Amino acid sequence: MVLPLNAFHGYRYTTISRKGLRRHTLPIARHQWPRRNTGGAIDTLFGTIYYLSQVVQRMRAYAFRRILQFIPTILIISMIMFVLLNLLPGNAALMAGDQRKAPDPRIVEQLKKEWGIDKPVHTRYFIYLKGLVRGDLGTSFLRREPVNKLVGERIWPTLRLSIAALLISVGIGIPLGFISALKRGTLVDTASMIGAVSGVSLPQFWLGLLLMYLFSVVLGWLPSSGYGHGKFANLIMPAITLGIGYTALLARATRAAVLEVLHKDYIRTARAKGLSELLVNWRHVMRNTMVLVLTTAGLQFGALIGQTVIVEKLFSWPGLGSLLVDSIFQRDIPVTQGCILVMILVFLIVNLVVDLLYSVVDPRIEY
Amino acid sequence: MKKIGLLLLAAATALLVTAGGAAASSGGTFVFCAPYGGDLFSLDMHKTSRTQDYIVGLNINRSLYKWDADQSKPVLDLATEAKVSADGKTYTFSLRKNVKFHNGRTLIADDVIWSYNRIAQPETTSSAASYIANIDGAEAVIAGKAKTITGLEKIDDHTFKMTLKHPVAIGYSLCKVETAIVPREALEGKEAAFATNPVGCGPFKFVKWVRGSEVILEKFDGYFEPGKPYIDKLVYKIMPEGAARDIAFRAGELDANIVGASQYPIYQRDPEIKDNMIEVAEMYTRIIGFNPEFKPFADKRVRQAINHAINAELIIKKLLKNKAVPATGYLPTSSPAYEKAMKGYDYNLARAKELMKEAGYEDGFTFECIATANKSWGVGIVEALIPFMKRINITVKPQQLEGAALGERCRTGKFDAFIWSIESGPDPLETLNRFRSTTPRSAGNYTAYANADYDKALDQAAAASSETERIEWVKKANRILFEDAPFWFFNYNKAIIAYHPWVHGIKPVAIEMMLQDFTNLKLDDSSPRK
Repeated sequence: MVLPLNAFHGYRYTTISRKGLRRHTLPIARHQWPRRNTGGAIDTLFGTIYYLSQVVQRMRAYAFRRILQFIPTILIISMIMFVLLNLLPGNAALMAGDQRKAPDPRIVEQLKKEWGIDKPVHTRYFIYLKGLVRGDLGTSFLRREPVNKLVGERIWPTLRLSIAALLISVGIGIPLGFISALKRGTLVDTASMIGAVSGVSLPQFWLGLLLMYLFSVVLGWLPSSGYGHGKFANLIMPAITLGIGYTALLARATRAAVLEVLHKDYIRTARAKGLSELLVNWRHVMRNTMVLVLTTAGLQFGALIGQTVIVEKLFSWPGLGSLLVDSIFQRDIPVTQGCILVMILVFLIVNLVVDLLYSVVDPRIEY
Repeated sequence: MKKIGLLLLAAATALLVTAGGAAASSGGTFVFCAPYGGDLFSLDMHKTSRTQDYIVGLNINRSLYKWDADQSKPVLDLATEAKVSADGKTYTFSLRKNVKFHNGRTLIADDVIWSYNRIAQPETTSSAASYIANIDGAEAVIAGKAKTITGLEKIDDHTFKMTLKHPVAIGYSLCKVETAIVPREALEGKEAAFATNPVGCGPFKFVKWVRGSEVILEKFDGYFEPGKPYIDKLVYKIMPEGAARDIAFRAGELDANIVGASQYPIYQRDPEIKDNMIEVAEMYTRIIGFNPEFKPFADKRVRQAINHAINAELIIKKLLKNKAVPATGYLPTSSPAYEKAMKGYDYNLARAKELMKEAGYEDGFTFECIATANKSWGVGIVEALIPFMKRINITVKPQQLEGAALGERCRTGKFDAFIWSIESGPDPLETLNRFRSTTPRSAGNYTAYANADYDKALDQAAAASSETERIEWVKKANRILFEDAPFWFFNYNKAIIAYHPWVHGIKPVAIEMMLQDFTNLKLDDSSPRK
């Protein structure tokens, strides 16, 4: 029976019984997706979306559980953070002024009172928690503005930078690793792995300066730093600087994973049954490698958010990283806490997404 | 036909010549940097206490006085005349009649009085409160015991009287941008909005602040000096990273740049930059402070011996690459009370040993010096002292701390010695008051310096009837401080701004080099932004 294909719901058919006409939808598993008789990329696309929505449904409970786990994690982190930050010597009341000037004790006392840092640590922590529950990160000591607003303004530049770096790394790192593994021992492999090792070991700060010098001073192609009101040209150098180490890491991880997979029995089987090398690589090597690569990529993306601190500072990029560094030096504790908390939240979400993606890449993994 | 072609050619050439001429004229955009530690906090000058904010605020706001960089002293700005009474306690100011705020309203005496009252209110927590504390009745407002300052009295819209507690040169305090005159209607009920969208009466009005990235100002057409400012637009790039600033400057993205210690020797060798640098001895003195509670440092001879035992000039030359002026006392060369005759402690090992012997410390001792990572006055300098100290049998142990932690230790007196850069201007009397015996550690007298003669000299200075007499007493106090040597006098910061050849009008501002007033700045037509 040839059933009409509904892109969203699988095969749909109608039966007639005593109760009248009944519509049925026959869900399909991914391996049953029609390959030839659908005849369109659009159908495949919608089919994929359908499949993903099925996956999401199955994983909803799992995701929900994981999100619940965020709460104790954040609670513990916020406590450690709060205690540590409050143990730091020096306080914002002093940092409010130019350190070289004689401090005015009257103002210092008044500010301490205004900011509530004259209260004991545990009292302050509960005040902080109370705010946190309502999604209020507090008020910046020195900027006298809500931390939510300050952090909110900085999230997008940081995400933009990290995602650009991610795209560069995935776009270059994974293919590079793949090719190196397939052409193992050749000049291509050696060259790209030397490149990868250097990439991992390049200090970002130094690399960033070199790029700036080359592209801004010598060639004059790109603006040396700044956000440039979100212009693409301003994004290029910071993204490369941030992404290069990550690219190298991904290339190495991919290469190792591919080499491992290439020695598996099913690859030999696939070759033995006469599949072309291209199809072997595409259907078998690639899919099986992805789980390993995804693990590396996911974990490293979290680290990438942390590394934005250096790159943002160097390129005067108005992101979370630079706000974090400034606030630490100024002892603007509410802002520091806000930045760290948001970074941790991004990290947790990325990890969750990676976990969920596992089952997309490898249908054998179920939650 | 040929003729017309020739004519056209001639016209085009003439046009090119005029366009290419280096004549500085009005117009253009000037791009500067805001280099000190990250984003701005606030553009409400009364509430912020950061230099980073003042750098920008200075060009939006005006105060009663302004700092004249060429004369290195305060001069009248919003007022045209200040009549001072015979006892030096009553000032009658005549305000300019054509001063307009950026909201279009004309500035009157009430604005000045309102602004000073706002600074004094305890809820403002203004770091400028100390600048107006000398006005009669201001202390009561600051302490929350009164509502308005009694020493300020309006005579008419453009005249007001100011009565002081002590006869001081009030210009030093009222030239600060922290004491800017602001329009009441822009602030009342909208203080938070004002901090990010300020209204002043300065040469430039606020356009936009892109958080963490830049602040844009544009020429204010209603500015009270006719025809000024010359440039149309002023942009401050927030760039805390020295290396990045250097590259942006070389790429022509910045028109001028504050020069760091690592760039200075390179810029000096650069044929394109070396002639376009302006230097000044800034009013910051770098010292090692000795804690008298650490027994050996209680003896003046030991402190003097240390001053004699170190070759400061050598350290400045080798380590700081000459980006500092050797200190000859606490007050810097740019201070009005600086004495050329003062030579500083000479490098004299024999004298140092002699003093140590007299003090009974011939065999030396060990002390710890807390320091930050700063290149010009940090842990590296303390390390450079080790061999010098060894020669008089003293062992010095550097301990690195981060700025805020060091400040805390200094304020609470938990140190043997510390090295730091401390403000030493512009008002020499106010500067030296910091080391009076009555000033507690928490207010900046970190070494708990106490000398009755010193206090007396400062009292005399405060009571002096003329400026010359006051300066003489201040000089005396400065000599006493030098003789007592509660510090190792190291250097005064040499601040440098490098600029492109198309920039005219960068000034040597001794109070803080970055506080550049761009009212008189001009750009050549060769500027890429004109």
